[in-house]
Amino acid sequence: MRCQQCHEREAVVFLTQLAQDQEVHLQLCERCAAEKGVENAATFGKTPVGTFLALMGKSMESAASLPGLAPAGACPTCGATLNDFRESGRLGCGDCYRAFEAPLRDLLRRLHGSSRHLGKRYSPSGEDTGRPDAEVEATRIRDQLERAVRSENFELAAELRDRLRQLTPEP
Amino acid sequence: MIDLNLLPDGGMSWLDASGPSSQMVLSTRIRLARNLANRPFALRATPADRERVLSDVVAVARECPSLGAAQLLRLDQMEPSDRRLLHERHLVSHELAGLEGEAQVRPASAVLLRDRVGLMLNEEDHLRLQGIRSGFDLQAAYQDVERLDEELGQRLPFAFHPEFGYLTSCPTNAGTGMRASVLIHLPGLVLTKEISKVLQGLAQVGLTFRGLYGEGSEVVGNFFQLSNQTTLGKSEQELLDHLGRMVRQVIEYEEQARHVLRRDVPVIIEDKVWRAYGLLRHARALSFEEAMNLLSGVRLGVGLGLVDRCGVYALNKLLIHAQPAHLAAQERVEPDDPDLNVRRARYVRTVLDDEAGRRGLTP
Repeated sequence: MRCQQCHEREAVVFLTQLAQDQEVHLQLCERCAAEKGVENAATFGKTPVGTFLALMGKSMESAASLPGLAPAGACPTCGATLNDFRESGRLGCGDCYRAFEAPLRDLLRRLHGSSRHLGKRYSPSGEDTGRPDAEVEATRIRDQLERAVRSENFELAAELRDRLRQLTPEP
Repeated sequence: MIDLNLLPDGGMSWLDASGPSSQMVLSTRIRLARNLANRPFALRATPADRERVLSDVVAVARECPSLGAAQLLRLDQMEPSDRRLLHERHLVSHELAGLEGEAQVRPASAVLLRDRVGLMLNEEDHLRLQGIRSGFDLQAAYQDVERLDEELGQRLPFAFHPEFGYLTSCPTNAGTGMRASVLIHLPGLVLTKEISKVLQGLAQVGLTFRGLYGEGSEVVGNFFQLSNQTTLGKSEQELLDHLGRMVRQVIEYEEQARHVLRRDVPVIIEDKVWRAYGLLRHARALSFEEAMNLLSGVRLGVGLGLVDRCGVYALNKLLIHAQPAHLAAQERVEPDDPDLNVRRARYVRTVLDDEAGRRGLTP
């Protein structure tokens, strides 16, 4: 399904807007959705579980067209299917997150406004300091930079760009 | 019947009103959801799988300094009244206690309890680590639970994904797996009818509210549990800072509301809190809900400096001990005893009389 805004990229965000008591359904790609400001956690954070599971259904239809993910595919470790998840709202095991990575990434973005964990890193041996690694840190700065540019806060944007350069030196 | 007195502080040190802002904030709790990488989650787990989770964790718990001599309570081997007791004490969730509708307690449901930390086993996630502090103290509660997480994480293989973080049964908890919540008393905002505006505002900044007993519970006695809604895309510290800032803001709004009440309707407020006190002191039958609402009025009176006959700690204790399972256990009757409301009124009267006497004030 194509994005209704740019008509170029695949639509991954399904938005229902209320305008003058009329429901408007929009199918957007990630970039156009972000431009409309719908990546925001508060917007999606409020979505009740029922609604998000319904949304999940739609995103699964789009996920079915992704290569390597059969719609009826089951998690190789526990045997849970996406259908099980739709019905229960629960995953079967840790490997389900790998088996259904694409639709789950989409869902996590809807729920939390992001799919990238920026908190404590798990390290069984305990040598980790709990700090996110450079790549994760860079992603976070990129997100902030994008927001700074969008809100025309160029001073902050310049500062963030410098920090990003320090973190990821050009080859 | 289990003897909750065997628990350190009866598992209620969080009630002692010693923490910051404890007149308004009853407690701060932080829970971290964790799962074992090599075991199926609750949805796919057989009773044998659940037993294995329990034995995996219990085997290493003794080595964890944070848990040390923690008491292990198996809910699947307890009477419903005892499970209800633990739930009323906020030590286990409604779900773990098997109190949801027709639901039965599930095999190997257990909790390890020690002082200010607890560890629920075989709830929606394999492990639910909890840190509980009196008053408004997010940092202290996080330190407690984070230390426990370190200790357990070094000994158990947690399910973790480089992009998604800690993996949970429900994707709403993935990432940090952290839900930080503050149990706050907001009668001023309720009386001035500002509360819905405040709660709507919180929803817009990614926070949510629940009732006295957490998820799915009603608001009782003007107590609201404020917590973060999202768990992914921000670090634990960012989530805590954000919640902390917003709770401070809510405390400020509540103080403003109380100020307005005292300034604009002083007689009405004074009458309201003393009527609440008078009813609690003299009523001959009290339902739980009525008792909670009256206690809320008295608590407001104490906060405004209008009522000097009882302290916040006594009110906190009543909040726990006037609940149905606690009262029934204390009175050695069944929870559906027809005279429970009469017993409750008598119990509340005794506590308030003692409290006034202790303060050198006669009725």
